[in-house]
Amino acid sequence: MATTTSPETLPELTTDDLSRYSRHLILPEVGMEGQRKLKAARVLCVGTGGLGSPLALYLAAAGIGTLGLVDFDIVDASNLQRQIIHSTKDIGRKKLDSAEEKLLALNPALNVVKHDTMLSSANALDILKDYDIVADGTDNFPTRYLVNDACVLLGKPNVYGSIFRFEGQASVFATAQGPCYRCLYPEPPPPGLVPSCAEGGVLGILPGLVGVIQATEAIKLILGKGESLAGRLLLVDALNMRFRELKLRKNPECPVCGANPTVTELIDYQQFCGIKPESKEERALKNGIPQLGVKELKRRIDAGEDIFVLDVREPFEYQIANIGGKLIPQNDVPQRLAEIDRDREIVVQCKSGGRSQRIAEFLLQNGYTKVVNLAGGILAWADEIDPKMQKY
Amino acid sequence: MTIFIPTPLRPYAAGQASVEVKAATIADALASLTGSHPELRKHLYTEEGKLRAFVNLYLNDEDIRYLPAKEATSVSATDTLSIIPSIAGGC
Repeated sequence: MATTTSPETLPELTTDDLSRYSRHLILPEVGMEGQRKLKAARVLCVGTGGLGSPLALYLAAAGIGTLGLVDFDIVDASNLQRQIIHSTKDIGRKKLDSAEEKLLALNPALNVVKHDTMLSSANALDILKDYDIVADGTDNFPTRYLVNDACVLLGKPNVYGSIFRFEGQASVFATAQGPCYRCLYPEPPPPGLVPSCAEGGVLGILPGLVGVIQATEAIKLILGKGESLAGRLLLVDALNMRFRELKLRKNPECPVCGANPTVTELIDYQQFCGIKPESKEERALKNGIPQLGVKELKRRIDAGEDIFVLDVREPFEYQIANIGGKLIPQNDVPQRLAEIDRDREIVVQCKSGGRSQRIAEFLLQNGYTKVVNLAGGILAWADEIDPKMQKY
Repeated sequence: MTIFIPTPLRPYAAGQASVEVKAATIADALASLTGSHPELRKHLYTEEGKLRAFVNLYLNDEDIRYLPAKEATSVSATDTLSIIPSIAGGC
C-alpha cells in the first residue's frame, strides 16, 4: 500500500473511536490495526458531485483521518437527483462548503481539507503530493487524464470510477505493478462525441453504486486486504443489473507508466483532448450564425425594436417558461417556414442554445439572411435577466 | 457469437444492446457488424481503417491487443465480443 507507517507510528484510537468503529474492530480484516491505518490515511476526492458524494461520505464513515476535497462548483437543483451529499438548502452554495458540513456532521473527528480550485497542470502535483490515495470523481476527459498522469508521476494509486447514463466503470490505476488509465485508453474521444451527464442524462442511483465501489477500493488499499480492482475493469450495467469484469494489462509501451515513458511532466490536457479555446471571432459567429447575448436581446426588446423570436422547444417546455417567442417545435420548422418572416430579423431560441443554433443554420441554408442564435437560450435569460423565471 | 454494444454506440446499432453475428474470426465479426450497421463504422474506425484509440475490444474478458493473433483470432459461437469505449461522467 502507499502508506508506509509502521504499527508504532499509527495514531492511537480514542474511546470515541472504539465505540464508533466497533463493527470494524470485530472484523478480522480490519481490527485495531486496520482502523488505525484508516485513521492515518489521507485520501483526496477530486469532485464532490455524483461520484464524490457517496465516496466522501463512506470514507468519512469508515474513519479515514484526512479527506481532501477538490471542487469549484456551486450546488444546483438539478444536482440533487444524485449528489446526495448536498441538500435543498445548499442550492447556490459552494459544493465544498456543503460537503464539508455534512462530512463533519457524520464524523466530527475527520480532518477536511478544501481545495477551492479547478485541478490543472499548474497545481495538480502540488495538491496531490500530500495524499496517499486519489479518488477520481470528475466528469470530463481532460481532468481524468490529468489525474492519471499526476498519480503515475507521484506514485499514488488512482481509484477510478466513471458513469454514463446507466453504465459505469470502476478500477484502480497507477499502482506500482498495475496499469494506468492510459494503458486502457491511450487517447480520449474527440470532443463532443460522448455527451456529458447534462447532455446525455444519468440514472440518479448510478454514481451511488459506482462511488461506493470506489470508496471500497480505497479502504481495501489502505487496509492492504482483499483483492483490489487493479488490473481489472469492472463494468456495471444498472439497467439490467449485470456486473462484468474485463482483464486490464499494463502496457509496456505506455507513454506515462511504461518502461520508457515519454510523458514525464504534466501536459496541456485540453489540447490533448482536442478542445481548442474559442477565439473572439468564433464566439461571435458559429457556422455563419451570429450569436446574440440575452442582455443585448433585452436591450433591443426594451428599445422597441421589431424582433421575431422563434422558440423551437417543445410545447411542455414553453408552458414551464417562455419569453413570449413564437413556438414552432424544431421538428415542425421545415413544414412551417411560411410562418417565419423572411424580412424580419429572426432570433432563434431554445433551452440552452443548442437546438436553436441548428435551426438557425437550417434557416440560413433555406435563404433566410437575417438569422441570429440566442446564445445560452432561456437558461441564460433566467440567469441574467429574470431570476424569477422557472429553470428546468 | 454475441457482440455487446455499449450505451454510447447503441443509437448507431438500431438501439440494440447486443447483436448476434456468424463469424470465424474477430475481424469477420466486426465486418459483419459494420456491414449491417454502417453508421457504426466511423465511430469504431478511423479513416485509415484502424480501430479508434478510445475504443477497446474484448474477446470474452481479454483485450484483443494482447491476443497473439489480435483481430485474426478465431472465435466460436459461445464467445462474446465487447466494445468498451471510454466514458468520463462522474458528476
